[in-house]
Amino acid sequence: MSAVARLRRGLVYVALSLAAFVSIFPFYWMIVGSTNKSADIVVGKATPGFDLFNNVATFFATVDVPRVFWNSTFLAVVGTIVTLLVSSLAGYGFEMFRSRFRERIFALLLLLLSIPFAALMVPLFVLVSQMKLVNTATAVILPGIASIFIVFYFRQATKAFPTELRDAARIDGLKEWQIFVYVYLPVMRSTYAAATIIVFLANWNNYLWPLIVLQTVDNKTVTLVVSALTSAYVPDYGMILVGTVLATLPTLIIFFLLQRQFVEGLTGSVK
Amino acid sequence: MAQANLSRNERISGWVFIAPALVLLGVFMIYPIIWSLWMSFQVGKGMNFSFGGFTNIIRMTKDPVFIRALTNTLIFLVVQVPIMIFLALVFANALNDPSLRFRALFRTAIFLPCVTSLIAYSTLFKSMFAGDGVINKALLAVHIIAEPIAWFADPFWAKVVIILAITWRWTGYNMVFYLAAMQNIDRSIYEAARIDGVPAWARFRYLTIPMLKPVILFTTVISTIGTLQLFDEVYNFTAGTGGPSDSTLTLSLYIYNLTFKFMPSFGYAATVSWVIVVIVGILSFLQFLVARDRRPAA
Repeated sequence: MSAVARLRRGLVYVALSLAAFVSIFPFYWMIVGSTNKSADIVVGKATPGFDLFNNVATFFATVDVPRVFWNSTFLAVVGTIVTLLVSSLAGYGFEMFRSRFRERIFALLLLLLSIPFAALMVPLFVLVSQMKLVNTATAVILPGIASIFIVFYFRQATKAFPTELRDAARIDGLKEWQIFVYVYLPVMRSTYAAATIIVFLANWNNYLWPLIVLQTVDNKTVTLVVSALTSAYVPDYGMILVGTVLATLPTLIIFFLLQRQFVEGLTGSVK
Repeated sequence: MAQANLSRNERISGWVFIAPALVLLGVFMIYPIIWSLWMSFQVGKGMNFSFGGFTNIIRMTKDPVFIRALTNTLIFLVVQVPIMIFLALVFANALNDPSLRFRALFRTAIFLPCVTSLIAYSTLFKSMFAGDGVINKALLAVHIIAEPIAWFADPFWAKVVIILAITWRWTGYNMVFYLAAMQNIDRSIYEAARIDGVPAWARFRYLTIPMLKPVILFTTVISTIGTLQLFDEVYNFTAGTGGPSDSTLTLSLYIYNLTFKFMPSFGYAATVSWVIVVIVGILSFLQFLVARDRRPAA
């Protein structure tokens, strides 16, 4: 390696290390912060302290932790299962049974993908209140179930599903829904794994729509409750950071458990 | 390509499989879109409204708060998206080198921010950028600044923090898309260019970038839509005010305030929301045009 190449390689390492440091530092800050007093956090103390138990105790005293975690988990899990079911059915349907009319519908859906949520939020809220669903889990889950993005994702992935498998199953006398359940589902496991992460993360982290729809404290999610704590006049950051650690933990665990499938899913390899 | 002769069984199945999604999209997407289009021509408070023609559009052009929100949103867009796409490309390019050590470690580290919830990272940034917070301490220690910056009290710096925060969260996400696309590029092209003495930056500029054009376009459109809808960060940094003095107010936050904070004025809020749709439409169209024009004539 020439001196120039070595110098360039060195610079690449420095730049990447810096980027990695900047990316990781807030996580370090979050964990260290949860062990410090609020007064120390706002003056930038970046070393571990002895207030973890205090902060945890304050957090549990301020927030009905089991309740809000149950709310978040319920919404995320039920929302993810139903979304995957409905959207993968549609992705499979669009790809396996192609007709000119359905292709037009699909093109229209892709067009709708660019419509921002802000444009839908007002009519959706009015709609949900007319259905008398305000402040219910149903109202949070229902509008997100048919996700165009996930339908699109499953349609792309289905292109790799071998049609011979379907034809063989037909000859064996399986009905179309049986082919979907007994042949397609097992074959597409890694696609479902990647979609699970995407949808679960989106549901767990969802903020704006639950903020609009969920109005009483006993129905609120972790993200809503922790966020509300920060807008206090003098926020208790020690306790809040305990909350953010707890709110981030499930997403981190899921990410590390399914990391490989996630990257595979993003790259679109379902071979 | 549409397959011709489907059997009767297949024609029916085709509809049965997509029916649940179509019904839900009809109720929760198509209907709200039509409702909101109709609504943007109505005036009045709450659920009492009447036809107002172009009243809402005229009101918008004279509404200084709307102009503020629009300007802020466009500033976020124009500054943040290019910086993020550039950084993501550079990191992806560096990490695509098989001889680089600790690749997986760097990739995971840079990707990690996008796993955090918006609320968690809003809270983190809020505490890190506090007046006496860790960022000011660090900058003072290395003598970049002479006195602490009042990040959230100054209209300029408040925007900077929001741009930093979004860039922190989404750069790694975009990077993974580029890395995935780069892995599909035939390495022998690079070898040939290297042997011909093409310098690294030129390989990046004239080989990598053109070949990644479709992915860059896709991520740019997605990021544009995302930035135009900016809400969570601003709402949490500023306790819902978009302050100081509306300097971080975005269109989404303004729509939210028009609907849920002030006396609800659904018609006007719907009109403002269609501004986002129109901007997304125009920008996506422009981005497609740019991507097409630069394609070398074959």
